[in-house]
Amino acid sequence: MVSGEAARRNTAANLDRRLPPIAELAVASMIFVISGGIYLAAYLPESAPLGTAIGLLIAGVVLLLANVVALSRLHDFAWDTFFLVGRWTLLAYAVIAGMLEFVFVVDQTRGSLLVVMTLMLVVFAVDIPLLLAFSVARYQPVRRPVGE
Amino acid sequence: MADATVQSPATPLGIAPDMARPAVQVVPVQGIPIVAVVIALLIVAIAGNWLWALNFFHVVGGGLWTGIDLFVGFIIGPILGRMSIQARMEFSARFMPKMVLLMPTLVTMTLASGWQLARHLSFLTVAYPQHWWLVASFIVVGIMAVVAIGILEPANLAVLFELRKPHPNGELIGRLMRRFIYSAGITGLMQVATLVIMTRIATW
Repeated sequence: MVSGEAARRNTAANLDRRLPPIAELAVASMIFVISGGIYLAAYLPESAPLGTAIGLLIAGVVLLLANVVALSRLHDFAWDTFFLVGRWTLLAYAVIAGMLEFVFVVDQTRGSLLVVMTLMLVVFAVDIPLLLAFSVARYQPVRRPVGE
Repeated sequence: MADATVQSPATPLGIAPDMARPAVQVVPVQGIPIVAVVIALLIVAIAGNWLWALNFFHVVGGGLWTGIDLFVGFIIGPILGRMSIQARMEFSARFMPKMVLLMPTLVTMTLASGWQLARHLSFLTVAYPQHWWLVASFIVVGIMAVVAIGILEPANLAVLFELRKPHPNGELIGRLMRRFIYSAGITGLMQVATLVIMTRIATW
């Protein structure tokens, strides 16, 4: 069993630990896709030229992928907590993204505009669970396999 | 009669290590059916194009979202900032789980119904320069989303998980709560902007 002092030292060590800027990258990726959504909405009822929106979407996807790579290289990380939080928040944000997708379809959004908006929603719905799961797991104790 | 409490010696961070703390439930499970009913009714209102229901969801959701943000940002936040870490932990353990369910539900309710309402009432088709008011509302919502999801919610969840530990770190909780309070203040300011924009649009 871990003593109170050891637990406090563990959290204090997590507090001082330098980690890749995963939260910052997730927020930046989120800003790109939200900006893309605002850009598209600002043109309504006309259709927006998709070039800028696609550029913002690509930037969001690149940052998301960079984040996944950075995460995969992390050692000594509370992956159990990460996946616990990630799973449930992914479910919650899949419901929210599904709701928004439903609104797009009800509003007769079709074709390439629907594809771009759907992809933006996917980035949004993956980005947030990743951000929340990382933000919680970074302060949690790392469980090591018995015998290590 | 005043309750007598036995205080254990506090740590340097102001937390009594053996003091009984409320059990922290990150997501209040009993609230999930209520959220499910609200979301189901919202879907029905959107699919059925029920103008009254859309208006109801937008006004109720928006009013509560704005009111809660302002109240937390400008009333609760400064009070919380002056409380001891032990008291903040007691408060957070009871307050934060409710916010985890309440706020995303109110935001989804307000935005989805608001968008449909704007479409039905032809607000989306107004020409510029009036259209700038709509764009301004999108930008304000975008900023609020980034602050709430990117700063406020991660701090909220991290505090709740820290409070579940047998020996929570007061320094970490203090740091995260400060972030929570500042970001609640920023969303509060954005809500003032929302009030200006929405009342302007409603009186076109």
